[in-house]
Amino acid sequence: MDPSSCSPITPTVTQRDQWMVESQVFEIYQLFSSIPQSAQSLMLELQRDNHISYLTKSLSYLPPSFSVLDANRPWLCYWIIHSIALLGESLHYHIQHNAIHFLNRCQDPNGGYAGGPGQMPHLATTYAAVNALITLGGQKAFASINRDKLYGFLRRMKQPNGGFRMHDEGEIDVRACYTAISVASVLNILDDELIQNVGDYILSCQTYEGGIAGEPGAEAHGGYTFCGLAAMVLIGEVNRLDLPRLVDWVVFRQGKECGFQGRTNKLVDGCYSFWQGGAVALLQRLYSVVEEQMAEASQVSSKPDVSEEQKSPYGTSGDATCHFTHGGTDKPGLADFKNSGYNFINEWRERDPLFHSIALQQYILLCSQEQEGGLRDKPGKRRDHYHTCYCLSGLSLCQYSWSKNPDSPPLPKVVLGPYSNLLEPIHPLYNIVLERYHEAHEFFFVES
Amino acid sequence: MSSDEGEEERVPLRARPEWSDVTPVPQDDGPDPVVPIKYTEEFAEVMSYFRAIYLSDERSPRALTLTAEAIHFNAGNYTVWHFRRLLLESLKVDLHTELDFVERMAIANSKNYQIWHHRRWVAEKLGPKARNDELDFTKKILSIDAKHYHAWSHRQWVLQALGGWEDELSYCSELLEADVFNNSAWNQRYFVVTRSPFLGGLEATRESEVLYTVQAIIACPENESSWRYLRGLYKGDTTSWVNDPQVSAVCLKILNSKSNYLFALSTLLDLLCSGFQPNQEFRDAVEALKTSDLDKEDQDIARDICSILEHVDPIRANYWIWRKSLLPQTA
Ligand SMILES: [Zn+2]
Repeated sequence: MDPSSCSPITPTVTQRDQWMVESQVFEIYQLFSSIPQSAQSLMLELQRDNHISYLTKSLSYLPPSFSVLDANRPWLCYWIIHSIALLGESLHYHIQHNAIHFLNRCQDPNGGYAGGPGQMPHLATTYAAVNALITLGGQKAFASINRDKLYGFLRRMKQPNGGFRMHDEGEIDVRACYTAISVASVLNILDDELIQNVGDYILSCQTYEGGIAGEPGAEAHGGYTFCGLAAMVLIGEVNRLDLPRLVDWVVFRQGKECGFQGRTNKLVDGCYSFWQGGAVALLQRLYSVVEEQMAEASQVSSKPDVSEEQKSPYGTSGDATCHFTHGGTDKPGLADFKNSGYNFINEWRERDPLFHSIALQQYILLCSQEQEGGLRDKPGKRRDHYHTCYCLSGLSLCQYSWSKNPDSPPLPKVVLGPYSNLLEPIHPLYNIVLERYHEAHEFFFVES
Repeated sequence: MSSDEGEEERVPLRARPEWSDVTPVPQDDGPDPVVPIKYTEEFAEVMSYFRAIYLSDERSPRALTLTAEAIHFNAGNYTVWHFRRLLLESLKVDLHTELDFVERMAIANSKNYQIWHHRRWVAEKLGPKARNDELDFTKKILSIDAKHYHAWSHRQWVLQALGGWEDELSYCSELLEADVFNNSAWNQRYFVVTRSPFLGGLEATRESEVLYTVQAIIACPENESSWRYLRGLYKGDTTSWVNDPQVSAVCLKILNSKSNYLFALSTLLDLLCSGFQPNQEFRDAVEALKTSDLDKEDQDIARDICSILEHVDPIRANYWIWRKSLLPQTA
């Protein structure tokens, strides 16, 4: 067969959709490159005031069309409050107070947070509520979380196969694992019982492509890949994943549109700036583990893939004993999972990011940003709070992706657009603004 | 049963005699809630009656009808769905009618976890007799959106729990025939060859699958899905992957065509990193892709590949630089 003659004559659905998006995106980039530099920097400017006004308005009023999100109100709180924190803005005292009280009404007497007052507790809204409360900050917010009851809720959701249910009788997937482990970790209630078999479950969701799926057998997907990878880091079993294949899959999700797609041959979408960009940011701090796996693979090509290895409770099978630990030293055996979230950010990044940070910032600012405020999936789509949150989170990751040290501000050349675009840095495992995370860490780890 | 047709004039619950004995429970949002939603009057009323029967745990036919109304307003309310399942069990409802209800809901809001979780619960209760309905239902959704994540997950669950594997491989082929870039169909194909009780697993199917995939690669070498699938066929068996001449041959063929060779190059790089010994043909093919401005001094084919990729795949330049840094230094 002659390859040149075999390409489909009529484009397939995938090709047609892809070309349509490409032409819209490239039109924007073409316009951008054709205008003078002063106009360019205007186009690249983060519309802070408009974003803040879009976000704060929504905190006090949402139109009837939001009824479809009536079971996601802690998510709305988190998306909005986290976005405002990323923008470096603080909320009025009375709004903070109202938010704490409202989230407390979503807290179930038996632990966990529901999608709204009077609903059943749910793991995803529990994650959103806890992250929102930590972002609000202060003793009152922290103390409002009933950690003992929350622990009971997490144990109730725990399944023998290692996964978690989203709610009583609810679905089991990798999102549930991440949200459960993330809240347990950040609130310092993570223990052996919660961790038991979680690594096995997540490992069974890594696909032949390299990314992680929602359930065993399903397709590798950006959202689940972030969730699975972050959960594995938090429980100290990240070395059990096939990291070279994971890196390869995730870096290939950034396309010529400059943004990330969620799955192979799917369309670019701004929210994957965080899910995929976040996975790369996590991998950036795991180079030593990744490189060790790569060295093993090149030495013994007959050795079975890491994911096929015999499963042991803490993932120290074979020679893959490089648990991620503080100080980067390899320590066989049980990782110090209680402090894995804290230790992770104190580890210096050893190398440059593996994705194209400037290109991604370009997609976020030129294609995802609405000048009137709010961010979106792609040109032609409408802004929403979810995309605003995850586009901004991804933008923050990009801006700090070259920082060698958590305390040093990035150089102007790595921040696309005016330096005033600079957002607050986040903790990449929890997606909480770093400073707020530290305050909570002080409260839940040092004082208790 | 549980009709939720909204076409006729909707009578408010407070005006319906059958609800006169129930005192609605308004939502307790507190004095100054954040993210308050300006509910329509109908929405607020239905939810207030729902809270009343949920709190009193009323297992009645009217409660079941009410859950349908509430779901109609917001299919994302997992508490309502959960209560509906309790009602379906208590009232011993014929679950076939429930499938129709879910189908109507799914057509309108298919990207919703609750609907699919509910569908799985119903199908599980019905057992093997639900198999064909479920396979047809997912096919219908996939004919509208061939990459629908929930529909594929549901279909995989049906195959594993209820069976129906016999025609699945040809269904995948059908979808790939229509759109060879459909990665979900490739993923399903992998699911079938690795898990179908009739096919005998990866090793048994490898020969025919490699042939199929190599053809797909040659037809569209820019298609990442088929390249990843090819690699997946050797999962857990790197030695076979490195030593199978079909793998290196397809790389060489694409490299020699000098167009759409990104995945051929990256695959060759991975092969080399796993111990593949290239002959002169491979060296020549790679050499021919080097542009004049690329440094000539590299004697190592893997380093050359990284340099070419860094140049032709600039979005991943950092990745290729990193890959190059991991290669053994040539003396
Ligand atoms: Zn999105």
